[in-house]
Amino acid sequence: MSETLKEIGAAARSRHGNSVGGLVFHAGQATLHAATPDIISLLTWLRDDTSCRFRQLVDLTAVDRPEDEKRFSVVYNLLSLQHNLRLRVAVAVAEDEDVPSCFPVFSAALWLEREVWDMYGIRFQGHPDLRRILTDYGFEGHPQRKDFPLTGHVEMRYDEEQKRVIYEPVKLTQAFRNFEGMSPWEAAGMPGMAKDG
Amino acid sequence: MAEVDIRTTTINFGPQHPAAHGVLRLVLEMDGEVVERADPHIGLLHRGTEKLIEYKTWLQAVPYFDRLDYVSPMCLEHAYALAVETLLQIEVPPRGQYVRVLFSEITRLLNHLLNVTTFAMDVGALTPALWAFEEREKLMEFYERASGARMHAAWFRPGGVARDLPGGLESDIESYVDTLPRVIGDIEHLLNENRIFKQRTVDIGGVSVEDAIDWGFSGPMLRSAGVPWDLRKAQPYDVYDRMEFDVPVGSTGDCFERYMCRIEEMRQSIRIIRQCIADMPTGPVMTANPKVAPPSRADMKQSMEALIHHFKLFTEGYHVPEGETYRAVEAPKGEFGVYIVSDGSNRPYRCRIRAPGFLHLAATDHLCKGHMLADAAAIVGSMDIVFGEIDR
Repeated sequence: MSETLKEIGAAARSRHGNSVGGLVFHAGQATLHAATPDIISLLTWLRDDTSCRFRQLVDLTAVDRPEDEKRFSVVYNLLSLQHNLRLRVAVAVAEDEDVPSCFPVFSAALWLEREVWDMYGIRFQGHPDLRRILTDYGFEGHPQRKDFPLTGHVEMRYDEEQKRVIYEPVKLTQAFRNFEGMSPWEAAGMPGMAKDG
Repeated sequence: MAEVDIRTTTINFGPQHPAAHGVLRLVLEMDGEVVERADPHIGLLHRGTEKLIEYKTWLQAVPYFDRLDYVSPMCLEHAYALAVETLLQIEVPPRGQYVRVLFSEITRLLNHLLNVTTFAMDVGALTPALWAFEEREKLMEFYERASGARMHAAWFRPGGVARDLPGGLESDIESYVDTLPRVIGDIEHLLNENRIFKQRTVDIGGVSVEDAIDWGFSGPMLRSAGVPWDLRKAQPYDVYDRMEFDVPVGSTGDCFERYMCRIEEMRQSIRIIRQCIADMPTGPVMTANPKVAPPSRADMKQSMEALIHHFKLFTEGYHVPEGETYRAVEAPKGEFGVYIVSDGSNRPYRCRIRAPGFLHLAATDHLCKGHMLADAAAIVGSMDIVFGEIDR
């Protein structure tokens, strides 16, 4: 299985040049790193080439790493029913960068890209209907970003006087506590305290 | 001929409609009684599960999975447990794998009994739902005896299952599944040749193989279209590779074939349950790795080491090595996947939940276009929609 994926990785590299990075294996699963400009031609090739036939876009998601130069990575999770293979394609995206929409390649991207836009604020260029999908009508912000607080910014209640639902800034009766649960001894660099697990 | 001004009517279906299966708001643009465009508005049940999991330890994330697709909770825990096990590189002991497969199939029965009969209710048949709920209650009793909870079990944990089956449960399950084919037969007897049911479902919402793959369909939605694809066969996990069962496949992918696929899958689940019980080995159900599995009560009374492990596991939790993985299971609704990114700490850095229903519902417009309004209800019913997993 990994041999076939390695061949696909090499073929993608020779075909798409430097925009395709290496094929990384972890826990028996392969991730192909690519760049934004060529992502559509790469995905189209992966879908149509007889050695690949990754015809199903199983999942499309993103990961936020704010400390990185390009903070987001958009992850395409592909499945080849014909060859029984899975492949992830990861693309690094900066905060102000657009990604070409892969809706013309996979119809499944229609809602998946809407969700990534909603949750991370990554724009997909050429998407026919890039509205928010999971959050409330009129919501502000992109909740899955690491700098978005877990409690959110606004809360909602029914106002008896105005006879309607109103939004107000979040008021916490108790300050938000982030239970990291990490041992304080390890953080202090105490000698002799081996990391557990 | 004079120009005729055609006006479409927009109607709002749900979110409080019995056929909306929870909180689906479907905005339909109608030309007379024909659906021109269907625009589902989802997110009314969005709870930010993926974000919440980022703030919990690896073990504390398990109960969130029960609350996604609350009709088939254990299958979802299964996907998460497999993903964490992959990152931790731990093996589940054989008995643990068997009981997980056993309860995955009980979960499939629970799910399909609900879906098949509520679908029938959407198109006008009330009786099957009443019968199936009785059976679901009996199956949930098995859930309760194994885990202590009827629905939100939190019983499949990374490393195995929380505790072993209580005495006598296996034989009770075995004698129960002997009675189930008769109930399934009764439901089939009411629906299969029922003129009203067939008029409402045959050739409604059909989908071609190409479209089913393109839209990311999985599970019975993909199989009923004619693709023999089942993750339990194609990419077996736990002991599914030792199980003997058939995968029902349809040809037109319409609502009736989705129903038939689910009915046959229930029969196959019964077969798997019988095999699981017959081959069930003895032994532990949880991995022996003390850095993941909590120590036994008895050990904690005797051993300082065990006490420390217990304390550490339930405060700090275990650390999962850096890396990323995607593991999927054949949940009753389709491919349920968990994509985890770990930064080596005691909490997931990113936990993406791939819900099958999300992609099925995304194709609503494609499936409903050109059908009548009443067919939209049948199509939504046949998709097996549960909003817990779609809105997350």
